[in-house]
Amino acid sequence: MSDIIRRDPRAEWIARNRLHPLHAAMQKVESSWMGPNGVIRKNPHAVGFIGPNGIKRIDRSGAQQGGAGKRSAASAVVQLPLHVVEQPAFHIVVVPDMVGGRLSSHDKDLLGLANKLAGSDGAVVAVVFGDYKETAFDTAGVDRLLHIEGEVFDGYAPEQRVLALSAVESQLAPRHWLLPDSRTGGGELGRRLAAKLGERPATRVWQVADGQCIGRAGAGQQDLLRSAPRLILAAVECADPVSDTRHEVRPLQLEDKIARCLPRIEDLGAVAVNPALIPMAEAEFILSGGNGVKDWAQFHQAAEALGATEGASRVAVDDGFMPRNRQVGATGTWVTARVYLAVGISGAIQHLQGIGACDKVVAVNMDPGCDMIKRADLSVIGDSAEILAALIKLATEYRQGGARDAA
Amino acid sequence: MQPKSLNIISLVSVGAHPTSGRARRAEQDARAVELGLRLAGDQLQVLHAGDPHEEALRAYLGMGLSEMTVLEQPKQGDALPLLSNYLKDSGAQLVLTGSQAETGEGSGMLPFLLAEQLGWPLVVGLAEVEKVDNGVAEVLQALPRGQRRRLKVRLPFLASVDNAAPAARQSAYGPARRGQLVAEDVAVVEDSLLAEAQLQPARPRPKRLKVIKAKSGAERMKAATAKASGGGGQVLKDVSPEQGAEAIFKLLIEEGVLR
Repeated sequence: MSDIIRRDPRAEWIARNRLHPLHAAMQKVESSWMGPNGVIRKNPHAVGFIGPNGIKRIDRSGAQQGGAGKRSAASAVVQLPLHVVEQPAFHIVVVPDMVGGRLSSHDKDLLGLANKLAGSDGAVVAVVFGDYKETAFDTAGVDRLLHIEGEVFDGYAPEQRVLALSAVESQLAPRHWLLPDSRTGGGELGRRLAAKLGERPATRVWQVADGQCIGRAGAGQQDLLRSAPRLILAAVECADPVSDTRHEVRPLQLEDKIARCLPRIEDLGAVAVNPALIPMAEAEFILSGGNGVKDWAQFHQAAEALGATEGASRVAVDDGFMPRNRQVGATGTWVTARVYLAVGISGAIQHLQGIGACDKVVAVNMDPGCDMIKRADLSVIGDSAEILAALIKLATEYRQGGARDAA
Repeated sequence: MQPKSLNIISLVSVGAHPTSGRARRAEQDARAVELGLRLAGDQLQVLHAGDPHEEALRAYLGMGLSEMTVLEQPKQGDALPLLSNYLKDSGAQLVLTGSQAETGEGSGMLPFLLAEQLGWPLVVGLAEVEKVDNGVAEVLQALPRGQRRRLKVRLPFLASVDNAAPAARQSAYGPARRGQLVAEDVAVVEDSLLAEAQLQPARPRPKRLKVIKAKSGAERMKAATAKASGGGGQVLKDVSPEQGAEAIFKLLIEEGVLR
């Protein structure tokens, strides 16, 4: 596609018509020519081309002929080679955690391990419960996607999920089950499944090679080396994630209906916890204020209305508006929030390092050119006080609406 | 406050100090005992499968227990059948365990297997028992990131306790000496795992390298000097504060952080 030379008939027409007002501008400027006395003359202003950020660049390698050269279609995103498994010899089933509906880095490591175990003959099946927002299953290495929906799987329903997984077991008889040994659900689900299937799992596994696996044992003082069992609960960074293939993500259906069980554990929903008591390093949602915040009473009010843990940039802490233990960044706490709402923070590099592990960053700032906005997934340019006031109003309405529905 | 009839058993193991490796009371099991003491007071029963002459077990007695039952078995024995046999006949309504042993395999499977064998529901990461009413308990479950979830579960049930549960009280020396370790003779079952697997000192895990798959020098340079940038974030300019707040609010709802 990109190699096809495209003609521009209009430019050619203008080049033929010397009376056209754009004729002079669109003429290719010669950078060197033979003068009347046989001396080569050069026009240094005509050398080079204007780069993408408006700076003149000179490329002496001859690779680039400047912007006035051939016109080509916008460079297509390089497609990774597609890995196709038409008739899988066996299946490797992965049950990712899907925290927030997306594959976490732990899940991606696990899919990398699954692809290592599957080789070229096996198919990697990902079993996903409920709604998801992930769009990159193909580059993460999922050959088959088994999406199990139903309101019985919503909320906390480990027993029902185990029943669904045992239906998968009887349909596919996978060679390996891989689950993340995490506190976000995978560790529990995997152990429940192991108890149900009667398999003895290898837990906290950090290396699988040549049919042997190594996992941490006890309190982490010892390693347990054993032959790889069918069910593996793997720790973070157990393998490298898939990076150079694309997979099909062919949808897969369960043939049998999943048995229903009466839930013995009833989920009564999340309990409101005081966000100020959650350690900042593990808070899920942080509202962070910086130099741009003028009304700190309103900032605290917003944190309360949104139910967010408070954070601050160094400037806000140095100026005495927030305590030192609330500082986010290289000198303060490195946070791992899923959503980080930065109000009036321009984004010093030390601060950006501190929020490196955050999933979604939202910036509210006056300056559209600051570094925080380059990092942010959503930025709103405007006055922070007015935006916070509007946010408080929305959040209170949302809370009251929810209370009215419950009543 | 709690009805007198609540029959609670805490399962304990021998832990290992993280630095010296010396035997001690296990951190999470001590929390299970603490939770049991808060619920049942001195009615709490504590159960261990292993060596009754282990001195570290006395640290549990020092938390205010007069006695503790030990199902006698050698170190390589499988604790699971002994415990499930004992619990079947014990009439316990709530069994508390830690979530993972500090010595041996430490797979954390024991509560799950016990629940499967006994046919009881299992609550993972119990933080607090709020109330027990008519044979139904309302409990708080600890979730990652400091969150809590309320669950309703019918007695009898098993619960594993992790570091979110209340911290264990200090162990006092006098009660620890005075307490009784009651040994019970049971049939020993060998654990098959250690025949095929081997324990070795933990190797430090290899650090993940940042691999840059660049084909040309320019790409490598770009990768080396790249600034942290999300790239392609949505920027809302020249909007009213209400519209901006609306957009932020929508994202918060989508991400499910507003509750």
